[in-house]
Amino acid sequence: MPTYRPGPVSLTLAILVALFLLMPLLAVIPVSLTPSRMLAMPSGELSLRHYRSLIEDPRWLQSILLSIRIGVVSSAISTMLALCFSLGVWMFQPRFTAALVGFVLLPMVVPPVVSAVTLYFLLTSISGVSSFFGYDTWLGVAMAHSVMTVPFATVLILVSLSQLDRRIDLAARGLGASVWERATRVIMPNIKFGIVTAALLSFVLSWEEIGVTLFITSVNAITLPRLMWMGLRDNIDPAIAALSVILIIITVLVLAVRSVVVRVRGGSKPL
Amino acid sequence: MRGVLSDRMGAALLMAPLLVFLALAYAWPFLGVVKWSFTLPTPGLGQYQALLTDDLVQSVFIRTLRIAAIVTLVSVTAAYAITVVWVRGTPAQRLIAEFCILVPFWISVLTRAFGWVALLSNRGLINTWLQSIGFISEPLALVRNEFGVVVGMTHFLIPFAVFPLASAMRSLDERVLLAARGLGSSRMRTFWEVFVPMTRSGIIGAAMIVFVFSLGFFVTPAILGGGRSVMIAELIYLRIFQSPDWGLGAAISVVLVLFVSALMAILFRYVKPKQLV
Repeated sequence: MPTYRPGPVSLTLAILVALFLLMPLLAVIPVSLTPSRMLAMPSGELSLRHYRSLIEDPRWLQSILLSIRIGVVSSAISTMLALCFSLGVWMFQPRFTAALVGFVLLPMVVPPVVSAVTLYFLLTSISGVSSFFGYDTWLGVAMAHSVMTVPFATVLILVSLSQLDRRIDLAARGLGASVWERATRVIMPNIKFGIVTAALLSFVLSWEEIGVTLFITSVNAITLPRLMWMGLRDNIDPAIAALSVILIIITVLVLAVRSVVVRVRGGSKPL
Repeated sequence: MRGVLSDRMGAALLMAPLLVFLALAYAWPFLGVVKWSFTLPTPGLGQYQALLTDDLVQSVFIRTLRIAAIVTLVSVTAAYAITVVWVRGTPAQRLIAEFCILVPFWISVLTRAFGWVALLSNRGLINTWLQSIGFISEPLALVRNEFGVVVGMTHFLIPFAVFPLASAMRSLDERVLLAARGLGSSRMRTFWEVFVPMTRSGIIGAAMIVFVFSLGFFVTPAILGGGRSVMIAELIYLRIFQSPDWGLGAAISVVLVLFVSALMAILFRYVKPKQLV
């Protein structure tokens, strides 16, 4: 426990930064309640019309469902691939591990816009061969999202493996367990939390992905962030404010629940 | 003997799917982009020559470096202030600081950029309020310019700067601070001459992460810059989808990757990757 506490100057500066961080999140609340059809502060009367338009306008609902579908598929792909890869690294510690892990982490370190150009190249090339899997298709977006999220899933699973005691695996091995049994009945049950976190993080990253999605979709595969982007670039639609309020509330609730879960479990949390 | 062989097979079987997936879906198309940069519209080094001579491209590069430098300075300073409280505050202070760092961190870049539009635009919160108290008569131009871009990017990047700083501050032996105080150093002097130098690796790591991220930033500048202060990433987008000049877009991408790799190479000479988490 630190005994050397921050003084009044540090506290004042930290409060200013905290206000700066929270300000734009709070600002969307009044905007979402404006009765006006354009972005404006409500003057006097409040209205829930923008929340209603989220439910009534089929475009929002369609893109929410599409984003969920893409998120689930890409999260499943990237968690599976990351899990197998990480198990291979941990169980066999092959040569060139550092180089291989570095290769897997590339989509995380390369500037997102370059990854976007790269995936645009990939999907337009595929489009020439197949029409339901390529540029501006939901499967294409799901695959591109898997590429972008797999490094994060790999990092999370490798971190939880690094906290695992190797002796339980040695014991299983000594008792004659096969590779499959060691992986599925000894190691995986012990890194459950890491695997679930990796899947959730992959889903969230795909759900809010916009940088790459902008390059690889045009009219068919309109995910939720893509639709928000369209509403932000042209005439700013206050329905985005209503949607933002809902997303912020969900985030706060999830973080609160998670901090309670972490406290009860007594474990550490990476993020 | 059997054990060694099956170990190699096992490792290969487990690791292959991801490696093959990324080789086909990432490495191969990246080489394709590199090829574009040398072949479109005509084979040769024309695109790279254009990078060196085109005034627009040059001004975008310079603007990107300038914005990235300002954003790095502001966001690392701000992150330092809140990380001090997150790491060394009372339990209640730490909980509040954590909330203020993690909630924005988990909220999407679009929502956060939109929040700034709601605050800074002509009919946004700040201008409406300043006009209603009669402080200004015409709305201030707070977005669709470089100011808006810097504010939005700083807001996005502060949480990323917090993590390496926090890791450096946590590993600091606090007896050193107590010793400095015990030897009669003032709070200010202890902070500037002991605390800050001892968290140097965190500061370098945070600055590098923020700088590298800012170079390739797309969404925030595009929304808050309103097309007027275009950065490299948006220029690539415009070259590919509006001009369309795929060769030049690809060449800019290649240069950006090389530049970022050089920066990362420098970073890892000073800081170990583990210190960044």
